[in-house]
Amino acid sequence: MSGLTYETVAMFAQQGGTLYFAAIFAAGVAYALWPRNGEAFRRAAMLPLEKDEDDNVQA
Amino acid sequence: MNHSITEPDRAPLDAVLLYVFTGLLALGAIFATAFSDDRLFRFHGYLLIGAFTLAFALLTVALSSDRLRSPQGRYADGVIRAGVIATMFWAVVGLLVGVVIAAQLSWPNLLYFPEHGWLNFGRLRPLHTSGVIFAFGGNALIATSFYVVQRTSKARLAGGVWPWFVFWGYQLFIVLAATGYLAGITQSREYAEPEWYVDLWLTVVWVAYLLVFLGTLWKRKEPHIYVANWFYLAFIVTIALLHVINNLAMPVGALHHRSYSLFAGVQDALTQWWYGHNAVGFFLTAGFLGMMYYFVPKRAERPVYSYRLSIVHFWSLIFIYIWAGPHHLHYTALPQWAQTLGMTFSIMLWMPSWGGMINGLMTLSGAWDKLRTDPVIRMMVVAIAFYGMSTFEGPLMSIRAVNSLSHYTDWTIGHVHSGALGWVGFISFGAMYCMVPWLWKKDRLYSNQLVEWHFWIATTGILLYICAMWVSGIMEGLMWREYTSQGFLANAFVETVAAKHVENVIRMLGGLMYLSGALIMSYNLWRTVRLPSPVSAAATPAPALIPAE
Repeated sequence: MSGLTYETVAMFAQQGGTLYFAAIFAAGVAYALWPRNGEAFRRAAMLPLEKDEDDNVQA
Repeated sequence: MNHSITEPDRAPLDAVLLYVFTGLLALGAIFATAFSDDRLFRFHGYLLIGAFTLAFALLTVALSSDRLRSPQGRYADGVIRAGVIATMFWAVVGLLVGVVIAAQLSWPNLLYFPEHGWLNFGRLRPLHTSGVIFAFGGNALIATSFYVVQRTSKARLAGGVWPWFVFWGYQLFIVLAATGYLAGITQSREYAEPEWYVDLWLTVVWVAYLLVFLGTLWKRKEPHIYVANWFYLAFIVTIALLHVINNLAMPVGALHHRSYSLFAGVQDALTQWWYGHNAVGFFLTAGFLGMMYYFVPKRAERPVYSYRLSIVHFWSLIFIYIWAGPHHLHYTALPQWAQTLGMTFSIMLWMPSWGGMINGLMTLSGAWDKLRTDPVIRMMVVAIAFYGMSTFEGPLMSIRAVNSLSHYTDWTIGHVHSGALGWVGFISFGAMYCMVPWLWKKDRLYSNQLVEWHFWIATTGILLYICAMWVSGIMEGLMWREYTSQGFLANAFVETVAAKHVENVIRMLGGLMYLSGALIMSYNLWRTVRLPSPVSAAATPAPALIPAE
């Protein structure tokens, strides 16, 4: 019990949190900038521009 | 599902489930009302009995008339049309109540009715906030999310008749909340005033919403999930989480309206503002960014400026926003490191917010002339500009030193309204102006000139509103901290209230102008719906029934 003081919990939360967020952010940026994803993103960006105001689901 | 094809006279399973569910709810409401000795609980009980028995009766008729089938080859647009109507209806109601309470603040002696408790500012104020945020904003979000997820997934909404349950269930939640506030039923948590049983009902509706949305994504024919859907999904999932945790409470009795929060003291305050600020971050921001990422490119006929930036925008926004809540609790019993944490994350939010704003604005590159010719796109661009402005102002106000001046003053009210009227309101109006001709198969709006009128009246109204609140907010902040040479406070509180009279009147006028814009819009949309349909659209043949698998 003596090891679990406010300071140790706070240090774990602060330093662990910094590493965790840095890792998550790096993963997100890597996914967004990964060259191989470029083609899928270009296609996806065009999705709203399709003429799909009609009632019928497009094939 | 195969039964419905081979035996066409058998009712679809999703409709039968809803039918049984509604019947059980009606029974439950009758028993709860019969056995309760709490007058206010019984008032809501009668309301619930009326709603559930009416729904049960209508479902009985609909089931026997074979109208509840869901042809998979067609988009489910009926529920979206209903959502557009509800959005405009609640916009007018919510804004009207806002104007009323602004008048009460301007002329407190004239508009004070002590013998009619339900007309008090204290009861009308949550009616206004919930009315514009949850009734207007929520309906706009549900309607547009149903539109966007179907089109970008190339799939009909999942769940058969359950999207209709989401729509009507949500309206019932709004009516319960609104009538409760007027009757004095409140748990006094900001933006989460409804009592425990209304919270439970919203949880059921929200889970159904989540399942409909996820189910539609699940059966999508498009391999990639378009970024707007990520924003909508983050909004739905996070609101579920926030709503459940913030509303953890113990009712006084199973058949009693009152409940007490499980949290106390500063934990209660932190939970409340963790919820409160993320209602801003995920309800009023993430969801409407989903709207921006679909309707702005669609209207501008340009793909989003940078799809990669939209992904970074999404992940950084949702990871940072969730920590910003403690900035509402500067100079309170909350430990200072937690206040600083909230402040730091708020300042970090500048980055994703402005990244998103730039992404939205730059989508118009090469099409800037549309700002002149198309008032709808101008409205959405001004919305994005207000998004940028209020997400600049917010982090600024979260800085402890600035907060010591701005907190509890009208500056905060002005900030909220530049976000709500400028960003949330205008992007929703833009989306509605886009969707109404599409949904009702018209080739244009009834009048672009009326959109111009709406745009300029409402924009002027917002500017009047926020400028008045900046002046009165900073003035009252300065008056509160003014000391005499002997070290006493120079102003009594009531003197600071009296000093704001002119600004309060200007605020009311600004709100009145914004409401007028919404009325013009409602008229314009109504006339658009009544336009004759162009021949080509009317002649579109209904597709042959495509069997569901």
